[in-house]
Amino acid sequence: MNTKITTAAGGLALLATMSVVTSAQEPPTQIMVRSQEAFLAAGNDMVARITMKLINKAGKERLRDLTMLRRDLEIGNQKYFMYFHQPADVRAMTFMVWKYPGRDDDRWVFVPAIKLVRRIAADDSRSSFVGSDFTYDDISGRDIELDRHTLLKEEAVGGTPCYVIESVPTSGSASEYGRKLSWIAKDSWLPLKEEYYDRRAQLARVFTADEVQTIGGHPTVMRRTMRDVKRAHRTEVAFESVRYDVGLTEALFAERYLREPPAEWIR
Amino acid sequence: MKLACDSLGRAVVVGILLITAVTQPAGAQETALHGFVQANYSVRVSKTRPTDPPGDFLLGDQRLELEVARASESGRVRAYAKADFIHDAVDGDARLDVREVFLTLTSSRLDVRLGRQVITWGVGDLVFINDVFPKDWTALIAGQPLQYLKRGSDAANVNLYLGPISAQIVAIPFFEPDLLPDGIRLTGFTPFPGRPTREVRPAQRIEGTELALRVYGRVGRFDAAAYAFRGFWGSPPGMELDGDEAVRFYPGLAVYGASMQGAFAQGIVSLEAGFYDSRDDPDGRDPAIENRQLRALVGYQRALGDNLTVGAQYYAERMLDHERYRLGLPPSFPARAQTRHNATLRVTRLFNYQTSQVSLFVWGSPNEEDYYVNPEVRHSLSDEVWIAVGANLFGGSRASTFFGQFDRNDNVYVTARYSF
Repeated sequence: MNTKITTAAGGLALLATMSVVTSAQEPPTQIMVRSQEAFLAAGNDMVARITMKLINKAGKERLRDLTMLRRDLEIGNQKYFMYFHQPADVRAMTFMVWKYPGRDDDRWVFVPAIKLVRRIAADDSRSSFVGSDFTYDDISGRDIELDRHTLLKEEAVGGTPCYVIESVPTSGSASEYGRKLSWIAKDSWLPLKEEYYDRRAQLARVFTADEVQTIGGHPTVMRRTMRDVKRAHRTEVAFESVRYDVGLTEALFAERYLREPPAEWIR
Repeated sequence: MKLACDSLGRAVVVGILLITAVTQPAGAQETALHGFVQANYSVRVSKTRPTDPPGDFLLGDQRLELEVARASESGRVRAYAKADFIHDAVDGDARLDVREVFLTLTSSRLDVRLGRQVITWGVGDLVFINDVFPKDWTALIAGQPLQYLKRGSDAANVNLYLGPISAQIVAIPFFEPDLLPDGIRLTGFTPFPGRPTREVRPAQRIEGTELALRVYGRVGRFDAAAYAFRGFWGSPPGMELDGDEAVRFYPGLAVYGASMQGAFAQGIVSLEAGFYDSRDDPDGRDPAIENRQLRALVGYQRALGDNLTVGAQYYAERMLDHERYRLGLPPSFPARAQTRHNATLRVTRLFNYQTSQVSLFVWGSPNEEDYYVNPEVRHSLSDEVWIAVGANLFGGSRASTFFGQFDRNDNVYVTARYSF
């Protein structure tokens, strides 16, 4: 909770801290912790309208248009709520995740046609999120302890100085990749690029942060792309109407709102 | 009854059109109009076919579903209506099916929903213990999409949110039974074959109102719920003879139960149980009425790798007065085992960024020796259009068992839907 309050104190304070940190040369695991915090847990809560374009080899597009609500609890614990606006086939479906560090997340989906709330089983590190190139782990963050992190070098991405971190799954931890390289911006801690290599060391997927804006003091990736190199498929994601610290209550993340989406947030 | 339903239907449609017409100006109050057009055919493929009537087509269903939703500016009052305009090519009929029409009133700790609505609860996969709300089993058997298994209840549905505990109270003044094969298009077991059948529904009186309660919350990492119900057997109905006529009636029923569901051993575990109190035959002597029962379910579901999900269930139904049931049964009638054991398996594999899905659902009873198998392939041509092809296969060593009775309804179905 303390961490969250510090973050919420605003971008200026954060920037000040960061310059100190940078010169102190952080251990790689700490860099990944900060990066995940900046990328997936900025603010105490967040509301955003998210459109995902799923584009196949032939250039054919599919669309996933959703509103996402996120609330952060103590470190690593988060609650997500999603409402699908489009496409028509999944419209009004809602999806909720209670994310815990170090153990299986709780996930529910509501199927409006039969008014059914059910739990869903998914493999975080492999299951595709709504048919996109993103896995569940990509959406809500993979537990940092599941990988061993090494600082390889420093390198700029689009003129922004970055740490390049190599993450290798610890023995026994489930993962779709054998090795991951992350380019973490020194100023914002956001991942500007990620390369996922499969178990045979072949490049499998590439993530790029295509546009970053600062909203409410939080540098935010507004446009991002995940490319599946082997299958020539990609997912382009645009965040719109992003708001932080709007006061989402704990009560929102419950069966009641899965069945009856909160109108004031879903517009 | 059908007439009344149709006129209600027409009123709803006129309402939908009026709402849509009136609400062109944009603003906070938006009227959303959605729906789909769907063609859904199925053909009988069983080795033995009924000769009377001789039809092989179980479904020739083409329909437009329209759905309208509108909320007040504050969002505290919401209106919703969903109606299907159906043309049935098998009998040449055009029909209107009002699936749902309701108002939802919300406040900070209370939601009230009034009108025709689908209500679903419980944790089973096609196994319903505490969900005693009306179901259309003919839709499932004939090869309609799963959503048509649930029928609307004309009900008042009150939801209370009291922090860690929530409660749902449902009152259904107008009883709707489950829909079962009527022997015309779909065949099923009937104890009195060849006789005209008359239906007697519970009187529409205040004391005949069905009441259902669910109290739910978290227990540790699990979703937990307790249930109670007082109403009537929606299925199977009671059957008795009145002179030459068979009479189908709906005996009194009360159900008390509980369920738990949560993450366990890298998957999802589900537990549910219920005690069925057959109120009109408490000592189990009347062979025309179902015995008191205990029903229990344990299920486990897990994702294996990126796109494969496997779920298995064990489900048991135990008669509590089996000896008296056997003694009361007329000599020529087939007796059921005291406990019916059931096992189900569902395997779902997604392909090509979840645009294609291959699934298999198997439900069998090792001791009553019958089965239901439903393989299906589904493909999304685009975000708007999907097509599914599948089969429903039933069988058993006897024609009186739960699935054995549907043996002659084996079918292959195809569904194509364009959503908007």
